[in-house]
Amino acid sequence: MSIYLPIAEISVNIFVILGLGVGVGMLSGIFGVGGGFLMTPLLFFLGIPAPVAVGTEANQIVASSVSGVLAHWRRGNVDVKMGIFLLIGGLIGSTAGVYLFAWLRTLGQIDLVIKLSYVVFLGIIGTLMMIESIKAMFQSRSGAVLTASKRNQHNWLHGLPFKVRFRRSKLYISALLPIGVGIVVGVLSAIMGVGGGFVMVPAMIYLLGMPTSVVVGTSLFQIIFVTANATFFQAYLNQTVDIALAILLLVGGVVGAQIGTRMGSKLRGEQLRGLLAAMVLLVCGKLLFDLLIEPEDIYSIGLIGGH
Amino acid sequence: MLMYRFLLALTLMLFLPLSARAESLVADLSEHMVAITTGFTGTELLLFGAVDGDGDIVVVTHGPTEEVVVRKKDRVAGIWMNTQAVTFEHVPSFYQIAETEGAVNAMALSMKRRHKVGVRHLRMDYQETPLEDYQIRPFREALIRNKQRMELYSEEPGLIERRGKNLFRTEVFFPTNIPTGTYIIETLLVKDGEVVSAQTTPLFINKLGLGARIFRFANVYPASYGIAAILIAVLAGLFANWIFRKLS
Repeated sequence: MSIYLPIAEISVNIFVILGLGVGVGMLSGIFGVGGGFLMTPLLFFLGIPAPVAVGTEANQIVASSVSGVLAHWRRGNVDVKMGIFLLIGGLIGSTAGVYLFAWLRTLGQIDLVIKLSYVVFLGIIGTLMMIESIKAMFQSRSGAVLTASKRNQHNWLHGLPFKVRFRRSKLYISALLPIGVGIVVGVLSAIMGVGGGFVMVPAMIYLLGMPTSVVVGTSLFQIIFVTANATFFQAYLNQTVDIALAILLLVGGVVGAQIGTRMGSKLRGEQLRGLLAAMVLLVCGKLLFDLLIEPEDIYSIGLIGGH
Repeated sequence: MLMYRFLLALTLMLFLPLSARAESLVADLSEHMVAITTGFTGTELLLFGAVDGDGDIVVVTHGPTEEVVVRKKDRVAGIWMNTQAVTFEHVPSFYQIAETEGAVNAMALSMKRRHKVGVRHLRMDYQETPLEDYQIRPFREALIRNKQRMELYSEEPGLIERRGKNLFRTEVFFPTNIPTGTYIIETLLVKDGEVVSAQTTPLFINKLGLGARIFRFANVYPASYGIAAILIAVLAGLFANWIFRKLS
């Protein structure tokens, strides 16, 4: 069964889109990532024009994050105070990112910058997480107590001013840290067309030292507002948000997210991290491979003025 | 709707004198308007007509023109990136051709050029570029190749069937990704390599129904559209969560 998408201006199979939504929604629920870093490239493969895929995906992530955050909220896994500091940075960063995006577009290199950013960030994060989770798995298997983490280590980051107490996260750190993380993730989410959870979650764990239990909920909480901001600007400036496509994706997405959240609470922390790391590295490898091999046609065409 | 009828009538009036002169050829389309609705999956139109006597027939369909940028990738430090670009103007967004067997090959070159028969004879002007003329060629070919891959340009001419001595018919296929606008369908009667008669039929492709309303809303009230999109997403998220709590 097919449906003609009014903004994307192509016809797609409804069940393919619904299936995509469920699959990516499950990941969103399990890992607390918006899933945009998987969905956006998948939408390209379906022939959805890239700007429409990016704009619509932001809209879809709003829904899956709202649905996902409520489950975490009830379990008390959302650090609202931390979320608000992250959000301040996120709004600054995503607005700056929109302008950066427009500038790169005039240079004709936006595609390359998007893909290279994916490769670099996914590569670094995936590798770090993989190492960490393998270590953790070995330690827990040999019976050693995980003394872990950088939570109690002190470095120059703890010397920064404007210290704020975050009760939920049991942290006493500079407000500049979450704001800084928010800005970086905001810029990335505007350029890469994602919620930014796949950068946010590791940054919260490794940089801020937040307990894993509140990371996913807080990340989802923050993503809702950053992607809502992105949706508005994409619709307002570029008219690239396809409501019909977004509704199909979010019907699948919210169902998937519910299943995913339930699965996530049954899995163990290090397994969860290992699984996410594997997935991140997989996407990274595929993108790098595509950049390195000779494309089927070294010429490509694009419309001027249109999408 | 009224507007389209009016445009149609106007266009017909403009083209009628031409077809009146060419009495030996009459052609028409099964539809003069294609509505792209939510269920649109491409459409096939029937072009039919009659000729007086013998001769070959060629049908050329042109979509509205557009500006297209063609980019070329090169390997830079191991990575394939866009290095050169040429922008073409007045490029038909859609181009299909059909013939009675061998008709195109029998046409004189000047005739093919004048009536733009065959992708090689399409007019494509390019904007100023530091590249030399001979360097433009691969860009032009790439444009055509990419359009053919998108099924917007025909690779091989379609076949026009003849029924009896005078009648002919052919089908023109419009895929799902067709641009909206005014299409021109030109029917040529060819004798001894020369075009002896031609008729032009307009075709309007428009968006209609719910999809069209969404499209217009998005373009006329972009801020409200953006807010509506966010609200829908938030409500959908809340609703889904509520349902799942009831279920479990």
